[in-house]
Amino acid sequence: MSTVQIKILGPGCANCTNLERATRVAIEALGVDADVEKVTDYSTIAAYGVMSTPALVVDEVVLLSGRVPTASHLREILAPLVAAG
Amino acid sequence: MSISERLTARTPTGVWVRAGAAAMLWVVLYAANGPFWDWLLLDRIGLDGEGRLGSGVRFFFYDSVKIALLLVGIIFLVTVLRSFMSVERTRALLGGRREGLGNVMAAGLGVVTPFCSCSAVPAFIGFVAAGVPVGVTLSFLIASPLVNEVAIALLFGLFGLGPTLLYVGAGLVIAVVAGVVLGRLRVERWVEPFVFETRLRGEVVDPAAALTWADRMRMGVDEVGVILRKIWPYLLVGIALGAVIHGWAPEDFFARHAGAGNPLAVLVAVLVGIPLYSNAAGILPLVEALHDKGLPMGTLLAFMMAVVALSLPELILLRRVLKPQLIAAFVGVTAAGIVAVGYLFNAVLGV
Repeated sequence: MSTVQIKILGPGCANCTNLERATRVAIEALGVDADVEKVTDYSTIAAYGVMSTPALVVDEVVLLSGRVPTASHLREILAPLVAAG
Repeated sequence: MSISERLTARTPTGVWVRAGAAAMLWVVLYAANGPFWDWLLLDRIGLDGEGRLGSGVRFFFYDSVKIALLLVGIIFLVTVLRSFMSVERTRALLGGRREGLGNVMAAGLGVVTPFCSCSAVPAFIGFVAAGVPVGVTLSFLIASPLVNEVAIALLFGLFGLGPTLLYVGAGLVIAVVAGVVLGRLRVERWVEPFVFETRLRGEVVDPAAALTWADRMRMGVDEVGVILRKIWPYLLVGIALGAVIHGWAPEDFFARHAGAGNPLAVLVAVLVGIPLYSNAAGILPLVEALHDKGLPMGTLLAFMMAVVALSLPELILLRRVLKPQLIAAFVGVTAAGIVAVGYLFNAVLGV
C-alpha cells in the first residue's frame, strides 16, 4: 500500500488553512494513508495551472481549486483513494 | 453538520422554497427598519429626531440594520451569479486578445469574475504565462477591486441607481485606460523574470464546472458569512463616524473646506484615500454622512475608489511578481484616473 501525496496549494490565507484542516479530517475519517504537504511558493502554485487558491492536489493531479469544499464533497473526492491505495 | 449543509441537504425544490422564504423575510425586514427605529427611539424612548443626539443615534441604528440587510442580499445574489464564472474561464476568454479590445474585456470580466485579492499573484502568473498581455492582465487586476460588489450594494441602497451606474462606468473606464497606458509603457521589463519562465503543466480545473443550484446557494450563504465576519469592525466604525458627523459636525464645516469651492479637494481626497485600508462597507456610511453635509459626489466617489482600489496588502503581495517601478506606475496611473473621474463628476454633477 503506497502513501498518497496530498498537497494543499495556497499562500497561507484563511481558506487555505480551512482546506488543510478539512482534508486532514477527511483522510482520517476514510483511513487513507497520506502525506499532507502545504505549498506556499507562488511559482510552484502557478505551475500547477492553479489561479485561484486554495487548491487540492492528489498525486500531482489538481482535483479542486478556488474554494473550500463541504466535508461531504471532500469525502466524495477522496474516497477513490481508499480503494486505489 | 453546519447550517449551510443542513440548508442544502434537501430536495432541489426545497432549495427554491427556502430561497423564496428568505427573500420574503428580507423584504419585510427592510421595509420595517425605518418605522421600527422611529417607533422605538422617538416614540418610546422620546429622543428628538431633529436634535443632535436623536438624529445621530437614529442614524447609527437605522443605518447599521439597513446596510447589514443590503450586504446580505447583494453578496448572496452576486456570489450565486458569479458562480457561473471563474478565473479559469476568464483567462480562456482573454487568451490571444490584443490590447484595446482585450483591455475592455478584461475590465468587464474583472467585475463579474469571482476573485479574491489573495489570489492576485497566482492569477497574474497564470494570465501572463498563458500569453495574456501584461497591460490586459492589469486591467483585470484594477477592475476587480475597484468595481466592488459591496460598494455597488451600498451605493445603490444609499444613493440610488444614478450614482451607482456612474461608479461602475467610471471604474470600468479607469481600468481600461490604466491598462492601456501601462501596456504602452512596455511594462514587461518590470515584471519579475520568473513569471515568464513559469511553465504551466497539468489539467486546469474549472471551479465553476459541475455545480448544482444547491451548491451555488450554499456558496452564496457561505460568502455572506465570510464577508460579514471580515468587514463588521470596519462597518461599525464607519457607521459610528458617520453618526458623529451626522449629529455633531458643524453644518458647513466640510462643505467650506472640501466643497465644490476647493479646487484641490479631489486630489486631497484621493491622496488621503490611498493609504487608508478599509473596504467599501466602512467607507460608505462616512460617504453618506459627508454627502449630507454638502460634499460633492465626485469628490466622495474618488475618495471611496482610492480606498478600495489601491490597498497596501495587495500591493505587497503583487511585489512578488512586479518590480517597484511597475508597482509605482500601477498606483500612479490608477490614482490619476480616479482623480480625473472625481473632477469630471464634480463638473458634471455638482453637489
